[in-house]
Amino acid sequence: MKKIINNPENVVNEMLEGIVKAHPEYVKRVEGFDVLVRAEGPVKGKVALISGGGSGHEPSHAGFVGKGMLDAAVAGEVFTSPTPTQVFEGIKAADSGKGVLMVVKNYTGDIMNFEMAAELADAEGIKVDSIIVNDDVAVEDSTWTTGRRGVAGTIFVHKIAGAAAEKGLSLQEVKRISEKVVKSVRTMGMSLTSCTVPAAGQPGFVLADDEMEVGLGIHGEPGTHRTKIKSALEITKELMDKISADINLKEKDEVAVLINGLGGTPLMELYIANNEADKLLKERGIITHKTIIGNYMTALEMAGYSISLLLLDAELKELLDYKADTPAFKQA
Amino acid sequence: MLTSDLLIEILKNITKVIETNKQYLCDIDAAIGDGDHGFNMNKGFKAVAEKLDVVKDSDCGTILKTTAMTLISTVGGAAGPLYGTAFLKAAKVVDGKKDLDNEDIVKMFDEGIKGVIMRGKAEQGEKTMLDALIPAFEEIKRALDSGSSSPEAFIRATKAAHDGVEYTKTIRATKGRASYLGDRSIGHQDAGATSSYLIIKTISDTINK
Repeated sequence: MKKIINNPENVVNEMLEGIVKAHPEYVKRVEGFDVLVRAEGPVKGKVALISGGGSGHEPSHAGFVGKGMLDAAVAGEVFTSPTPTQVFEGIKAADSGKGVLMVVKNYTGDIMNFEMAAELADAEGIKVDSIIVNDDVAVEDSTWTTGRRGVAGTIFVHKIAGAAAEKGLSLQEVKRISEKVVKSVRTMGMSLTSCTVPAAGQPGFVLADDEMEVGLGIHGEPGTHRTKIKSALEITKELMDKISADINLKEKDEVAVLINGLGGTPLMELYIANNEADKLLKERGIITHKTIIGNYMTALEMAGYSISLLLLDAELKELLDYKADTPAFKQA
Repeated sequence: MLTSDLLIEILKNITKVIETNKQYLCDIDAAIGDGDHGFNMNKGFKAVAEKLDVVKDSDCGTILKTTAMTLISTVGGAAGPLYGTAFLKAAKVVDGKKDLDNEDIVKMFDEGIKGVIMRGKAEQGEKTMLDALIPAFEEIKRALDSGSSSPEAFIRATKAAHDGVEYTKTIRATKGRASYLGDRSIGHQDAGATSSYLIIKTISDTINK
């Protein structure tokens, strides 16, 4: 393992300290907990949107705490869901009385810990609801799995639900809009390398120099299959085909595209992928309303990327274009 | 008979066993999960061990509840809520009791396992800790019903839990992170079932000493 760290057991704490020092105008830390809330929070008169999960996905989720997106982010150990105690602190720190919506990625651990936190909040009379994100088309959604994983499409939920909350909509409305985003977004990813959890010290899997893993998740867990490496055109097409097969896109449909780097892939390659993705969309007469490119939902140092497509309607478009100001996502 | 003193000793021994097997559990988890099960369990039980001195003179319910709350607030991931819920449910049925009879032991296991099923929305045969816990529990019941002593029942339960772990190698995961792998999870043993086996074995080793 080759990492610029001090101690594997202290990476989350030291990272959070670093984030607060870098962005004091956006976030503050809840004393004694791995929770970052808006510097001015809790923000009166709005539903609080909170998210969280294991660390190692930076800038997710703390990087999206700010105006127009999240009110708080709860950080677990690397790739490990935060505990109910931590999530409960996030709920309390973000709640201004209009209720709290938790954005949870669909993993067994996350679901259980956030559910237990909601039970604790409920016992204290805080209104809490949750939205489960499951955008990964690599996983069959059947009785044979825990269901699809929540991956980079979560960024669209943060952005759009965040805008709805910022505009002062009710908890019920913010939840309805979040559900619409979840129904309309699909993601598929691939990687060239694995990644190493600091506490584990070993990579989750090993790929030969000429191999790639398709359909993997964001925790260094192996994907659905492994093949010889292909060109950007072929890889992008494979991912886009899998997404398109799952979401019924028609000519003249409008989409938002997210080309998400997993942490170790240069922007150059992400732009090349986008060039191919755009061609494929144009061939089918699909209109790209907005393109987002960069490292948004990473898996430590993993090289690879995911493509997310969000099918838009007028409501989602307006909220997607709404202003946001956070450390990792800014929109005028 | 299971006394509160013996319960404290069992929990201390579980802490030691988990620590010894930290890397082993991580390695098993790495094959089809994300490789941190041993690390997270060790973190949780180390925290439990620190609390045991505070509750060493308390009743079994308090000891188990403290264990549960500590696991819930330190482990995270899926293991934290699952083991936490198991200990919490077990704590409830022995609330206020310092000495537990065989009936209490059966009730504790029954409630604990029901808690895991409720929290994890899983059943036997999905390549989870339940594949070790349920056969072990059934064996305890069978042994006690046929007049065996509790130390003897736990020896048989340990064997059943071990067989359960072996069984997880033959099946495909349909719950938890390993389920994303589809058939690629076959051939590997489940990390949660393995830690459950280690816990059952430690209970057995302690009361058979």
